[in-house]
Amino acid sequence: MIVKEGRSVFKGVATGRIFVYRKAQTAVSREQVTDTAAELERYENAKRKALDQLKGLYEKALRDVGEEEAMIFDVHQMLLDDPDYNDSIHSIIENDRMNAEYAVFMTGEQLAAMFLNMDNEYMRGRAADVKDISERVMSILNGAQTDPEAMPEPVIVLAEDLAPSETVQFDKSKILAIVTQKGSANSHTAILARTMNIPSLVMTDIEPDLAYQGRRAVVDGFAGLLYIDPDEETMARMIEKKGGADAKRALLQEMKGKESVTKGGKHIHLYSNIGSVEDVDAVLENDSEGIGLFRSEFLYLGCDDYPDEELQFEAYRTVLSRMGGRKVIIRTLDIGADKQIDYFNLPKEENPALGFRAIHICLTREDVFRTQLRALLRASVYGALAIMFPMIISVKEVVRIRRLVEEVRLELERENIRVGEFELGIMIETPAAALISDQLAPLVDFFSIGSNDLTQYTLAIDRQNPSLDDFFDPHHEAVLRLIQTTCENAHRHGAWCGICGELGADMEMTAKFIQMGIDELSVSPGCTLELRKRIREC
Amino acid sequence: MKSFTYTIQDELGIHARPAGLLAKAVGAHKSTVVIDSGAKKADAKRLMAVMSLGVKKGDIVTVTVEGEDEDVAAAAIEEFFRTNL
Repeated sequence: MIVKEGRSVFKGVATGRIFVYRKAQTAVSREQVTDTAAELERYENAKRKALDQLKGLYEKALRDVGEEEAMIFDVHQMLLDDPDYNDSIHSIIENDRMNAEYAVFMTGEQLAAMFLNMDNEYMRGRAADVKDISERVMSILNGAQTDPEAMPEPVIVLAEDLAPSETVQFDKSKILAIVTQKGSANSHTAILARTMNIPSLVMTDIEPDLAYQGRRAVVDGFAGLLYIDPDEETMARMIEKKGGADAKRALLQEMKGKESVTKGGKHIHLYSNIGSVEDVDAVLENDSEGIGLFRSEFLYLGCDDYPDEELQFEAYRTVLSRMGGRKVIIRTLDIGADKQIDYFNLPKEENPALGFRAIHICLTREDVFRTQLRALLRASVYGALAIMFPMIISVKEVVRIRRLVEEVRLELERENIRVGEFELGIMIETPAAALISDQLAPLVDFFSIGSNDLTQYTLAIDRQNPSLDDFFDPHHEAVLRLIQTTCENAHRHGAWCGICGELGADMEMTAKFIQMGIDELSVSPGCTLELRKRIREC
Repeated sequence: MKSFTYTIQDELGIHARPAGLLAKAVGAHKSTVVIDSGAKKADAKRLMAVMSLGVKKGDIVTVTVEGEDEDVAAAAIEEFFRTNL
């Protein structure tokens, strides 16, 4: 039995087999080979596997999102079969006697360069496809494992770290737990784990070595331990612990259908944070009263190109209809910083947390922003929509946003498209916004405090840097004073004020927030019932 | 040898998917099919080469079909252009 220690980000116990997730190596080795026939066969085998994967992805996309989105995987199969592509790889292996990885890499680069030099925007975009198929083949050649769905049963994912663009591809029903070597308690892996209610460890003392592939393991999210090949005694203990956790969960079920009202009779709007359409299941399952934060990034992360208005509209409409009149607060695109998307072509930054992100991208790339606003406004007739804007720092920005929203509304009216009622609000996640909340409040219907970023920007402590985890203190007096100020200024001007960051779920703080006058708390669906219990005790 | 000219109607020109389908369609015949954009020529079986012609909407291409089944092939390929491009 092997025991490894990590930092738990969700308390629970999971038992199952390990799936080692390995991304493709970025550095390509360049080696001379003597047996070119064997090297050619390595390439052909990898290509065959890549074609199988693409076929699978095509079929999955066809089922899940439809023909149009699936088409890209069909095109990728065709490109991978292209004679020029294959001739070039064969020639580099046979004539230059180079290894298959290098041959695939060079061919991908050359053909991508050819597309990039064309005077046709659509064709220049195909360079990314050529690189993508080459990366797929290279990953297979160097033993990367990126598809947990290849496993027959749900698994414990073991990875070095996971980017949001990677987790978004996972079929969530196939994941029992996540264990990462890197990451931090505030990383996106951690947020995902909490949304999905799955026991997870970050900063774990383990290499994602293929030797662990398929081995039986237990993740103890209470103690922050990972057991590989657990002995009988450990297994029995863990099963008991899991039973206890399950029983506690069962007890919380009693909170379903009850009101989130304090002893003093104040009703707190208890909402959920979600990151995808399918998360609505968990929201309804946990009897949440609404959605306080719908992160719209997933629409952009899951695509190879900008998601169009129809695709976005469908997603928003689905969530609004499924929530049946309960409030749904959708946050407009918040990328940049730790969430990067290739097709935005954002330059690498020295200091991304203070860089080009969120509303500042939207106000610079108005076309992208307008598409999202059109989709949102069109969806407004299907439920109780509220739109929220991230990373606001000035009155000027809010005035400009309001004008854009109005322009989009008029544009839709001219096209005879109905627009319903909706609320407009902003995230308070910079000290600037909190300090001028008296000037911002008259311009909006509500504030929602993003405690993770507000803490990071107030304390100047990077929340993605694990060595600073001990200094990342959301209970810091400075943060609490900004929350207090924000809440008071909202009420003074007839707006309401909520918290949608991790701090909202911090049960130690619930009484204090209620005392401050917070109207809404939005937390991971899995925390809803426990927080309702806590509110009723305050 | 058979040949025909065709004016591209598709908004994106000869883009990836129809070029891929064309390569498959051509593969079903024995004849060699060449697309001439006026500036460059490409073997229709070679998807990336066809894409690299950079043919846009409104461009006129000349397609030549040569081989033992050229009658049947030319008719089929012309039909393909009308339906897909």
